[in-house]
Amino acid sequence: MSNQEKHWEKSRGLLMITLAIWFVFSIGIFLFGAEMNEVTGPFGYPWTYWFTCQGSLGAFVILIFWFANRQEKIDEEFGFSEREDE
Amino acid sequence: MKQGNFIDNLPKIYGIYTGGFIGFIIIMAIAEQMGMTAKAIGIAFVAFTVFIYALIGYLSRTAQADAYYVAGRQVPTVFNGMATAADWMSGASFVAMAGGIYFKGYGYMALLVGWTGGYVLVASLLAPYLRKFGCYTVPDFIGTRYGGNLARFSAVVVLTVASFTYVTAQINATGTIASVALDIPFQYAVYIGLISILLCSMLGGMRGVTWTQVAQYIVLIIAYLLPVFWISNKMGAGFFPHFMLADEVARIGELESQFGFIKNSAADLATVPKGLAGITKAHSAVNATPWAFISLALAMMMGTASLPHVMMRYFTTPSVKAARKSVGWSLFFIFLLYSSAPMLATLSKLSLIDPTLSTGIIGKSIAEVQAIDWYQNWNQANLMFISDFNGNGTVELNEFFMGGKAVVLATPEIAGLPYVISGLVAAGGMAAAMSTADGLILAIANAISHDVYYKIIDPKAETAKRLVVARVLLVVIGFAGATIAAMEIQGILGSVIWAFDFAMSGLFFPLVLGVWWKRANRQGAIAGMLGGLAAGTWYLVWVRTGGSGFLGITQLTFGIFGSAVSLVAMVVVSLMTQEPDKATQKMVDEVRVPSGKTILGKQ
Repeated sequence: MSNQEKHWEKSRGLLMITLAIWFVFSIGIFLFGAEMNEVTGPFGYPWTYWFTCQGSLGAFVILIFWFANRQEKIDEEFGFSEREDE
Repeated sequence: MKQGNFIDNLPKIYGIYTGGFIGFIIIMAIAEQMGMTAKAIGIAFVAFTVFIYALIGYLSRTAQADAYYVAGRQVPTVFNGMATAADWMSGASFVAMAGGIYFKGYGYMALLVGWTGGYVLVASLLAPYLRKFGCYTVPDFIGTRYGGNLARFSAVVVLTVASFTYVTAQINATGTIASVALDIPFQYAVYIGLISILLCSMLGGMRGVTWTQVAQYIVLIIAYLLPVFWISNKMGAGFFPHFMLADEVARIGELESQFGFIKNSAADLATVPKGLAGITKAHSAVNATPWAFISLALAMMMGTASLPHVMMRYFTTPSVKAARKSVGWSLFFIFLLYSSAPMLATLSKLSLIDPTLSTGIIGKSIAEVQAIDWYQNWNQANLMFISDFNGNGTVELNEFFMGGKAVVLATPEIAGLPYVISGLVAAGGMAAAMSTADGLILAIANAISHDVYYKIIDPKAETAKRLVVARVLLVVIGFAGATIAAMEIQGILGSVIWAFDFAMSGLFFPLVLGVWWKRANRQGAIAGMLGGLAAGTWYLVWVRTGGSGFLGITQLTFGIFGSAVSLVAMVVVSLMTQEPDKATQKMVDEVRVPSGKTILGKQ
């Protein structure tokens, strides 16, 4: 397998993990919205309500930065990263 | 403006600008104490901020195609994040979102999740790859990846349908705010709004829009957060509302069960002015089925990843790496406002319905409420209404009606904040609507001037001529949008949501598969774009004209059907026709690695 194929395989792996986390916070937890809202969550808000106000939104912000860093590492590992902002 | 120098000095320039704006707010506050009228303050706020944007637009004028289409590809990550956030957060996010949460609760908050979660798709599936491609517009990517004028043209059609639906709503919003703040009829205010919008984009194209959007973000975020924090502190609800409103949320639940949601008769409701609504849904309880919530969120997420005015912001970053980070910053800046909207809705609702608070009106006598200053103001503006349906002389929960916009526009006044805050909020709403309208009009005009005129009609056109065409189109599209906005066909929020559905129906899979599936070919992409758009449009028309719909897909989520058809059409047609040639496959390989020249830069 060529260097480029390996790079793409790893990138695709990262994409799958990213989309899996995305799925949990955007879709997965809302399958159980009614049940989860009965429980008190962070700062005293009901759990589901908190996720819709802050939790999921914040998770997405963190997820994107995490993804960007991981992808940069993968690019560097295979020598595909850009030269410093040409 | 010297670009290199200017880019290095950005933090300083916008720092001074922010300080200047805060200074302006303080001057206005002092002027209010000295007797400046509310109307004069409103005019001063809108006029001052619009003047600044126009000035930035003028200073960013350019005669170079690279600067006009992609701001010279040198916008730093964080600033591009701010510009995208302003581009993204429309008049609807600013003015109508807290109101939607106030009235519809959980079911509506799917939009919060959808309009943020979509950025994960943007960052991971598309933005970095399209940046590597080095295109000027989204159809530029489609046209080069799949080849052929028909593919390019189909992308322009989808882009225009989606963005135009969106832009009329934004011009409508600028008109609404300008008409309230400047006290002129809506039909004229729409055109004043339009001229302000064009001032930012006409001379500098993407470069002008970028730097005005950063300025607009600063205004809109101050205008949104300051009242939320102030009201929260004034009510004693907590100095940092986001972490401290659990008691208030619980208290609203208590009051809801105490009052109950009494259903009004149709005859009673007929007397309520159009566009106003009462509180009929629980504030924090789960009031929608999982599928209703998830389908709306999913439609908005896929729509986010297909809307060209957002995608083209990531063409302006200096590198692929910067494009990825920039998506993170965009979402962070959006998060600041979106996480505050539910807090504003909570504060607004509690201050109105809690009888133990001095601002509460439920349980007070009708005559007493009708004598309150702010009630009279907003009643006159057609945003508030009470009526004694049961004839007992006091206001009940089901007898109080409000317009969605009032939550943002009126809450500062209800909570007893000085008028300077209301003026600030008007300026913020104007900034939000203008920045989005600018991005959208530019997306449409650029697609038509670059992809239709330059790439299809006259590939030999000189830069100067191309930019003249681009600017003429900008004005024509702006006026077309304003003319339709002046007719007031749909509400602001409805047409915004439709725009997402149109975009995802036609563009989501052709864009994503263009990067992630090498086998995708021209015929498949064309089938996907046109088939998806046609299917989505058909579903919308069908449901609007009395069709029952299926699978719980409503007129707000028709993009789910459209994009499903798009996916199937694209895969089936691609597999039935020849695979793309070697050169195209090699191009896809190159898009997938960040290093090296952009694809279009090589040609």
